[in-house]
Amino acid sequence: MSPHEIEIQIIAILVASSCALPGTFLLLRKMAMMTDAISHSILLGIVVAFFLIKDIASPLLILGAALSGVLTVFLVELLNKKRFVSKDASIGLVFPLLFSIGIILIGLFAWNIHLDIHAVLLGELAFAPFDRVYISGTDIGPKSMYVMGSILLLNIIFISLFYKELKITTFDKNLAAAFRFFPNMLNIALMTIVSITCVGAFDSVGSILVIALMIVPPCCAFMLTKSLSKMLFLSVLIGSVSSVAGFWVANLLNANIAGSMAVVSGVIFGVIFLMAPNNGLIAIKIKKIKQKWEFAENLLLVHLINHEGSAEYEDESKIEHLYKHMLWTPDFASRVISTSKKKGNIEIVDKCLYLTDEGRSIATASF
Amino acid sequence: MEVLYELLFDYTLRTVAIGSALLGIVSGVLGSYVVLRRQSLLGDAMSHAALPGIAIAFLLSGSKNSVFLLIGAGLSGWFVTLLIFTVVKNSKIKFDSALAMGLSVFFGLGLVLLTIIQKMPDASQAGLDKFLFGQAAALTTEDIKIMGVMGGISIFLVFLFWKEFKISTFDPEFAASIGLKVKFLDIFITSLVVIAIVLGLQTVGVVLMSSMIVAPAVAARQWTDRLGLMMALSGFFGALAGVIGSLISSQISRMPTGPAIVVTISFIVLLSILFSPKHGIVVDLLKKRKNRDSMRLDAILEELFNLGEKHNDPCYPHSIKLLKIMYSNYTNFEKNLVKLKEKGLVAQIEGDKWALTDNGVIEVKKRGFE
Repeated sequence: MSPHEIEIQIIAILVASSCALPGTFLLLRKMAMMTDAISHSILLGIVVAFFLIKDIASPLLILGAALSGVLTVFLVELLNKKRFVSKDASIGLVFPLLFSIGIILIGLFAWNIHLDIHAVLLGELAFAPFDRVYISGTDIGPKSMYVMGSILLLNIIFISLFYKELKITTFDKNLAAAFRFFPNMLNIALMTIVSITCVGAFDSVGSILVIALMIVPPCCAFMLTKSLSKMLFLSVLIGSVSSVAGFWVANLLNANIAGSMAVVSGVIFGVIFLMAPNNGLIAIKIKKIKQKWEFAENLLLVHLINHEGSAEYEDESKIEHLYKHMLWTPDFASRVISTSKKKGNIEIVDKCLYLTDEGRSIATASF
Repeated sequence: MEVLYELLFDYTLRTVAIGSALLGIVSGVLGSYVVLRRQSLLGDAMSHAALPGIAIAFLLSGSKNSVFLLIGAGLSGWFVTLLIFTVVKNSKIKFDSALAMGLSVFFGLGLVLLTIIQKMPDASQAGLDKFLFGQAAALTTEDIKIMGVMGGISIFLVFLFWKEFKISTFDPEFAASIGLKVKFLDIFITSLVVIAIVLGLQTVGVVLMSSMIVAPAVAARQWTDRLGLMMALSGFFGALAGVIGSLISSQISRMPTGPAIVVTISFIVLLSILFSPKHGIVVDLLKKRKNRDSMRLDAILEELFNLGEKHNDPCYPHSIKLLKIMYSNYTNFEKNLVKLKEKGLVAQIEGDKWALTDNGVIEVKKRGFE
């Protein structure tokens, strides 16, 4: 591995971790698409801040971006208050508008300056190591490593300081308000954090793939655990794994790094979606099949005990009778009968079914 | 005038304007369903997810023929939408999270494929820019024809399945109970929306397409509660924004068409939210103000009545000085007295004394104050 490659991977891990942390809360607050809105509309903030400061490298641009992120959230909420404009519609209205204004401003006034919309949308992690920081002439590493490092630190500090508050406002807004936790203020703070993270991640992965890093790892973690702290940890882990793996896939295919990071995280989600131990598609399907058989076996036992001792028991307990009574196909019935017999719940005498003691106790229990 | 002349006789501008208008109509009509079904952001997800389809179509066909690329775009947008619905149905992931995932992961895939294409020998990029931001200026008469035919077919289908779409949108349970295949209809509408989005990719691009789907419908929703009218208005607003946007971008140099259209349609939304006669903010404010004023008048009538009762005469005249002291916390007390006088409910007696008139007493009793 060349030093550049190591640096790129470190930056990728930093970006993925700083995205996964606030992303977890966005997901739980059902605000996933707000990342989409924020990551697009911060373009406007950057452009306006750039016009005011006239310096593309100024850290104040981050402030502008953060403000426009908060402005987006504010506008979305404002529109949403209006009848007949649902939340998703207001998101879909606000960010294209702000993004458009940003593009128009760049087109009209900044077209000859390096504020490439392409770079904003797509990012290019491969170039990150070329922009380096020097202290009194000594090279101390790429700039984005320090930027993303600070943002990650900021996110960690924010979440550990307000962990309890974030947790309560996320899961029970009314309780939080009753505790005077100022859910709205905290929401604005969280959105500011998201905006700052987006700006930082912007350079390296672009505004659309930021969404992948913010939402996909938390979705994976969400499928795997119910505990918030575990979910945060897993999100960071999955985000980091997909960013490093994404880097190597990109290397192999000679393709865009951010794109392959997103694809890898998507693949990880796909695997978890299918195979997660409790919530995975396969686990759910298996559970359903198992339940179907268990239900049928129970039904048979209950049916037998229901008629036990009555005059028509001979008729009711005939195997053929089950086809009619339970609407079971012969195949299905014989499978149910044979498993029940294997379990020792019933006996067959003369094509009639009789409960064993064990079967009787199960039937009484489920009655 | 000159603008109008250009619009009619300048080939490029006319093509762009017609194309944008067509797009506006189609996305406006189909967007109505999207917005009513609360799937506004689906358009955004679909348009982003179209990117890998464009790349794969290019890889398979090796041509930049836009028909191939658009078919690829449509198929992949459609596929990802189905994937999103599958994830939502089979896991605890919510719709918006699934959208965000589908959008970003497949956009990422598209990006990976496009960078691979770019690095292939003898293949310049398959018009990446064209689809990201749209390139309305590059629309040809051929494109317009395709847009017209595809858009026409999808709008025709909307009319053909009018009743089915309407019921399944507003009351899916009822629709299922009368034997409509709701799931199929959902997929059907979604497919039509994919067509609208694919048509828009060339004009306004991936990022801004969501606005074309959502904004006209939201604007139209403000003006009416009827689905048919809403769709017609929505299509009209979309077309209007398309034409105005292309005119603006033709008049100002370096003004991109897609963003100009988006700003125009957003402006229409703003106007609708402010001024619609049914639910507009201005109308609401006026109504509130009118209510407030009439309540203030009522309160004065009631107070005069109660005060008069203490003298066993509801029409007992009270001096204005006394009233002003007693009701110093009433807003515009004297002005409102004059208003009541104009209505003949209150009379000014002996210069500075005020009393209810007989009509005033009737009015008070009519309103149930006593």
